Amino acid sequence: MSKKAIETLVGVFVLFGFVAIGYLALKAANLTSFAIGETYMVSAKFDNIGGLKVRSPVRSAGVTVGRVKEITFDNHTFQGVVTMELEAKFQFPKDTSAKILTAGLLGDQYIGLEPGGDDKNLASGDTIKMTQSAVVLESLIGQALYNKAAEGSEGKK
Amino acid sequence: MSVMDELAALGVRALRTLRGLGHSAFFFAELLRNVPLALRRFYLVVAQIHAIGNYSLIIIVASGLAVGFVLGLQGYYTLTRYGAAESLGLLVALSLVRELGPVVTGLLFAGRAGTSLTAEIGLMKAGEQLAAMEMMAIDPKQRVFAPRFIGGLIAMPLLAAMFSAVGIFGGYVVGVLMIGIDSGQFWSQMQNGVDVFDDVGNGMVKSVVFGIACTFVALYQGYEATATPEGVAQATTRTVVISSLSVLLLDFVLTAVMFSTPR
Repeated sequence: MSKKAIETLVGVFVLFGFVAIGYLALKAANLTSFAIGETYMVSAKFDNIGGLKVRSPVRSAGVTVGRVKEITFDNHTFQGVVTMELEAKFQFPKDTSAKILTAGLLGDQYIGLEPGGDDKNLASGDTIKMTQSAVVLESLIGQALYNKAAEGSEGKK
Repeated sequence: MSVMDELAALGVRALRTLRGLGHSAFFFAELLRNVPLALRRFYLVVAQIHAIGNYSLIIIVASGLAVGFVLGLQGYYTLTRYGAAESLGLLVALSLVRELGPVVTGLLFAGRAGTSLTAEIGLMKAGEQLAAMEMMAIDPKQRVFAPRFIGGLIAMPLLAAMFSAVGIFGGYVVGVLMIGIDSGQFWSQMQNGVDVFDDVGNGMVKSVVFGIACTFVALYQGYEATATPEGVAQATTRTVVISSLSVLLLDFVLTAVMFSTPR
């Protein structure tokens, strides 16, 4: 085989390889949905963040508007501090409230933003005042059992 | 005295193992030193990519397709019990991109390309071609070994990427076209769950590491082969055994480092 033919075949091989990498990155992974646009940071304090992780989505009305950037612990108030990176094209009023919600019954947890009615919008570095913690399944079940037991003992009287 | 003899035998074996390891490390360093020199004669590398990459294409693509089909079928049987059949795309893509793509490609690469490298170099040694090159003041490490090393290094990640891509297509054929999972769900679940850097990127890093390991083992075994027909046969066998085991072992270590930390 001539040198030219070998070079062409290798070129085809390498091209196939790069097409495969591109296919994996664009079609199989989430490169297209990456937040490349401008963002701003907002933080919120929660009594319990549950299973929230860095890079968990932040959603409002079900639409992903940002991602969790950082999770730390406030040593004065003993609360979890969640810093969110929101896309700059989505603006929210100052009195927006944040909840930690679960996708499905046992799915991943995400932050849901509920817009308020303030005229001013959240700016970078602001803190969301109204928050609602994650629902911990164990305490929910514990509470249900406790209520059931209380009902039972009342019934005996 | 027999206890002392046993101890001495153990010592001899340990020293021999250590010497072998040290020798292979020197060989690796020599190989790396010759990489820039070999890159100057790039047509040699191109010929090796052709021999290693192009000829492995069919087996890689066929295996990728088969693995994708099987993952699609088996994944569907399990997932459908929990009513999560739509997650099939995610299951297929994650298992391929993270694990099966690099590992199976590495094993096939050791069997398809590694053996041919070892046999070729072993026969070159048996035919005293390497010695003849040295006589002509041509360094065989620069002319023979380094281009093959770079060729393997370039071909392996590309082959692994093709394996994963074809495998995902195979999962799509079984899951969407044959079983009838919703096509939009299949892709969107996959795209939500697969991260470009954490999953695809780490998979590529794995395949590069496996490429280095397999090519190096093949070249070293060829270089160390006894220059007889049996010697070359044994070296070829050793190449497959050692590269396959090192791929599996390295995969465990890399997976532990890359994916065990909670995100």
